[in-house]
Amino acid sequence: MLLITCPHCGPRDEVEFRYGGQAGVASPADPEALDDATWARYVFFRDNPKGPFAERWVHAAGCRRWFDAVRDTVTNQFLDPEPRR
Amino acid sequence: MAATPSPHLPDHPAHLWRNPDPKPAYDVVIVGGGGHGLATAYYLAKNHGITNVAVLERGWLAGGNMARNTAIIRSNYLWDESAAIYEHSLKLWEELPAELDYDILFSQRGVMNLAHSLGDVRAGQRRVSANRLNGLDGEWLEPDDIARICPIVNLSSDVRYPVLGATFQPRGGIAKHDHVAWAYARAADALGVDLIQGCEVTGIDVADGRAVGVQTSRGPISAGRVAIVAAGHASLVAAMAGVALPLQSHPLQALVSELLEPIHPTVVMSNAVHVYVSQAHKGELVMGAGIDSYNSYAQRGSFHVIEHQLAAALELFPIFARAHVLRTWAGIVDVAPDASPIIGPTPVDELFVNCGWGTGGFKATPASGWVMAATLATGEPQELARPYALERFTTGALIDEHGAAGVAH
Repeated sequence: MLLITCPHCGPRDEVEFRYGGQAGVASPADPEALDDATWARYVFFRDNPKGPFAERWVHAAGCRRWFDAVRDTVTNQFLDPEPRR
Repeated sequence: MAATPSPHLPDHPAHLWRNPDPKPAYDVVIVGGGGHGLATAYYLAKNHGITNVAVLERGWLAGGNMARNTAIIRSNYLWDESAAIYEHSLKLWEELPAELDYDILFSQRGVMNLAHSLGDVRAGQRRVSANRLNGLDGEWLEPDDIARICPIVNLSSDVRYPVLGATFQPRGGIAKHDHVAWAYARAADALGVDLIQGCEVTGIDVADGRAVGVQTSRGPISAGRVAIVAAGHASLVAAMAGVALPLQSHPLQALVSELLEPIHPTVVMSNAVHVYVSQAHKGELVMGAGIDSYNSYAQRGSFHVIEHQLAAALELFPIFARAHVLRTWAGIVDVAPDASPIIGPTPVDELFVNCGWGTGGFKATPASGWVMAATLATGEPQELARPYALERFTTGALIDEHGAAGVAH
């Protein structure tokens, strides 16, 4: 089980969290201008690195707030010195 | 209850395959020597006469997900596209022991999907109806029928999620995964395919938008066509050619108990409480879980997933309460947004993918190889594979098998 540091509540067991996938995926600034391929890229394609991955977690059974963390997908170690709010 | 291994396990042939050095060039290079890669190679040689083929495997043959699945075979998927390809697979399974002259311990003991809520009941009955319209064997079972087929299922109403009914596919079952891989490998090798182990692909050579070969830990290899059949790492291999795939890689955990006397006559799956259980020929109870939520390549998952899975198993099968867990493990599954595979050409000419089988790849092994071989032989998607093109994420013609198909879909 992962030990995840919530920036608001501190280190907690993984069961208190839900996963949100890749961090930093911005909504399209001008959705009307997007063609199908660009929409597909936004809706369906996410990074899938073997190594450090910036990802979203929500402390669902705690403060219920979302935050970003960087985790190595090979070792499962969180790499942030300080979790980001 | 501990039992010795069954005396009926078959002996293996004296010779399985050569271990050739890679040649400088092949007509087709298949990246990935798991079940799907080996089946692709076999059907390329057998169905299409294309034998100048190499299967490149980073580790050893069938040491990835082919060694880590729960060996369940069924075709009772909801959507027409899925039923078509998985039923083709099931028909190939039924011929496979004779065709490959290898006892793969294929056992059509049936697959039961339990319903625990009114929603489950309606979804299950709908799926049975869809299956029958597609010519598949499917039945709806009431609790009395479940007791007749699998007496050890707890049908008490005094449980958190009582069993209200089940779908049943009698032709479903299990096979011995290693034997399947070895059978395909032996047959492909005999037809002239080079199976090259310990050969990691480190790059894909692309010239003028066309794949022309691969770089490997054993030197460069030219290729007329390149097929990426590397479950768990498909997006990483495709990225070597600049091709993005809509895949996320997750751990999928399973476990086995110690060896027990035969007690469990069929395969029982429950989507709602999330466990699937069969009993292997040697006697282990084989149980699978759902995927771990987070992306990972670590081939291990979180303990609470195992705990959740065993809690579900014990509620369904109180008789398992004193069985000891022998071993747990995880494979890495590539999951597409609609939980269906991606098969066919890519934006790079002569580069093809067969990936994204998620949690359901083992049962598909024969058909996956069959349609991929036809696709590689002609350069055009085979008819059963056509709906699974990468373009569906642009056109929106998804094949959503997340919910109705079974556990973890």
